[in-house]
Amino acid sequence: MAVIKKFKAVKISQNHLLGVQDLTYSEVSYILDEAKTFIKLNKSTSKKTDALRGKTQINLFFEPSTRTQSSFELAGKRLGADVMSMNIVNSAIKKGETLIDTAMTLNAMHPDIIVVRHQDSGAPNLLSQKVNCSVINAGDGRREHPTQALLDALTIINRRGKVEGLKIAICGDILHSRVARSNIYLMNMLGAEINVVAPKTLLPHSIERLGVKVFTDMKKGLDNCDIVMMLRLQNERMQGSFLPSAREYYEYFGLTPDKMEVAKKDALIMHPGPMNRGVEIDTNLADDINRSVIKEQVELGVAVRMACLKIYCKKM
Amino acid sequence: MKEKYLINARIIDPKKQIDEFGGLIIDINGKIKAVGKKVSNGNLPSGIDKIDLKKHILIPGIVDMRVFVGEPGYEYKENFRTLSNAALSGGVTSVVSMPNTLPVIDNVSMVDFLKRRGRDKSKINIYPAASLTRNAEGKQMTEFGLLKKKGIIAFTDGVKTIQDPQVMSRIMNYAGESDALIMQHAEDNILSSGGLINEGEISTRLGLKGIPSLAEKIIVERDLSFLEEYHCKYHISQISSKKTLSIIKKAKEEGKIFSTGVSINNLSLNENDIGDFRTFLKLSPPLRTEEDRLSLIKAIDEDLVEVIVSDHKPEDEESKRLTFAKAATGATGIETLLPLALELFHNGSLKLNKIIASLTSNPAKILNIDKGNLEIGSDADLCIFDINKPWVVNKGELLSKSKNTPIEDRKLQGQIIKTFIKGEIAFERA
Repeated sequence: MAVIKKFKAVKISQNHLLGVQDLTYSEVSYILDEAKTFIKLNKSTSKKTDALRGKTQINLFFEPSTRTQSSFELAGKRLGADVMSMNIVNSAIKKGETLIDTAMTLNAMHPDIIVVRHQDSGAPNLLSQKVNCSVINAGDGRREHPTQALLDALTIINRRGKVEGLKIAICGDILHSRVARSNIYLMNMLGAEINVVAPKTLLPHSIERLGVKVFTDMKKGLDNCDIVMMLRLQNERMQGSFLPSAREYYEYFGLTPDKMEVAKKDALIMHPGPMNRGVEIDTNLADDINRSVIKEQVELGVAVRMACLKIYCKKM
Repeated sequence: MKEKYLINARIIDPKKQIDEFGGLIIDINGKIKAVGKKVSNGNLPSGIDKIDLKKHILIPGIVDMRVFVGEPGYEYKENFRTLSNAALSGGVTSVVSMPNTLPVIDNVSMVDFLKRRGRDKSKINIYPAASLTRNAEGKQMTEFGLLKKKGIIAFTDGVKTIQDPQVMSRIMNYAGESDALIMQHAEDNILSSGGLINEGEISTRLGLKGIPSLAEKIIVERDLSFLEEYHCKYHISQISSKKTLSIIKKAKEEGKIFSTGVSINNLSLNENDIGDFRTFLKLSPPLRTEEDRLSLIKAIDEDLVEVIVSDHKPEDEESKRLTFAKAATGATGIETLLPLALELFHNGSLKLNKIIASLTSNPAKILNIDKGNLEIGSDADLCIFDINKPWVVNKGELLSKSKNTPIEDRKLQGQIIKTFIKGEIAFERA
């Protein structure tokens, strides 16, 4: 990404990272450039910097999360911030306190940055209006998961040099997926061509208006693709009336070696995790070290989150 | 009471098809004694007090068919006194109040309570609607006959829709006998389950579950099919989409007799106004596309939709200061109903007479009440407004107890100057 150098001086215009939709191309480049500097650090024996020494980071997770929460926690700690993770299950929210009241309470403790995940779309936006620090969206409802899309972009750039000109297929439960939405915005911005592949019941209304081609046949959607992004199919969707069965879903929409054959020979397989092996992805494909970059996504996730924390912490 | 002489006004009465400059005389009982161009300064004896209306427009007091009041149970949102004050400042003199209170208005003793409270605390005419089913649960029908005897003129489950087709068909069958007006909020609960805004590109972008317009269309289509078998007085409370209009048009062409309302919100706003999760625009039915909005305006022009309502639903600020999914649904609007409707006149969307008819004579006719007209002998419930007065909506200046207006900061043209109830000035803008 030679272009990054040119935009080095660019600063972020917003105080909060609420979604990819709010970012500009140069801001994305700036974040990814910053993230690259942390990749090496994360592999070294001494992983700690003092970029955020004296800063307080609060992780506010209203939805259970293992990887995103630990990724943000580790990112903050490696930057030298004091990190506190709020366990919502035992908190006042369960006793009926509103999001705004929780925000006010936390705000009184003078955090420098709040990382929030919430089941309701738009919750981080509401929170950001009520606190004096930066807010980073770690996933809200079906709306956005910006750091996931950024880490996906970094993973692709790390392997392919750039996103521009690549053909990316995003497959599975697009309807309920914030990862899909953030990736559609980001990969479009970075110049990729995007196919979405899903059964019609798992496609959101007017999705083509977001700048994607829509397919309901895996082999057509994956044809000549450089990147295949699989999405998690949540078990509860299986019990609703979205799909007849997991078996049928796997037959038509699960990523299997024969379906992968239509993609480019060196196509990469991505997944935001956690995976349902045998439901949306063949277990051998998921572990194929030549094609699957799923572990790398997790690794680079820490670097991207370090970059975001550093940049947005300094914004306020 | 002394006789009152209102002169120098542009008088519009869609029922009598009057639109002329003249005056109006109110007799000692608060009834209209004379109206029209003959009532002029020259024809009246000199030396008597006359109220000069300075060429402003005089219309019958507005009849709002869909209003929520918090009594009983939600007095902190709106009580009869605050509703009355808000209504009067908007030129509204008669309202149909929805039964979704705590408890629900579903039996005769509740009606007695409401009538007493309404009479003691408010100046406007309140026509409480009773629920169609016990506790508005959509199962057991209420006592239409007994409730009607107590003076109930309309039945609806308010914010709820009768989902069960068997229950609905029986309601329509039974109600035909008692000549009760059945008002349906058209929304299929299963199709709209968890839905927050119109289903479309905006709902996809905001990550909010959509409410398909089919959820509305399917109920209207179902009920209009029942209407072929069971002849009752049927009214669709509010519609929001172009798809529903196609059904209504077809049914009217087939000669079916029913009526339809639309909220001023669906005529003046669209889904884009929701912007960055503005919970004050979380409404039911939801705001839909610009194409839907324009089709609804056209439907009024073509008499496919007869009534404009405020769908005044006061909600306290706390219940709106939540995430979009958890925020309460509804907006206030009784005070801004006419001024916002006048926007449709000023921008050339509708003729003034159509707007006034949708707010006065049409709802009165559907409700079968002697309101919304300037007939001699009728109560002098009047609304006088300056059609050109520019003003900006400021929630701090609104009189409703709740401040959840969907049009904060909107620049409007047209403001109510005076409102009369039974011949008395009940509201006057300084």
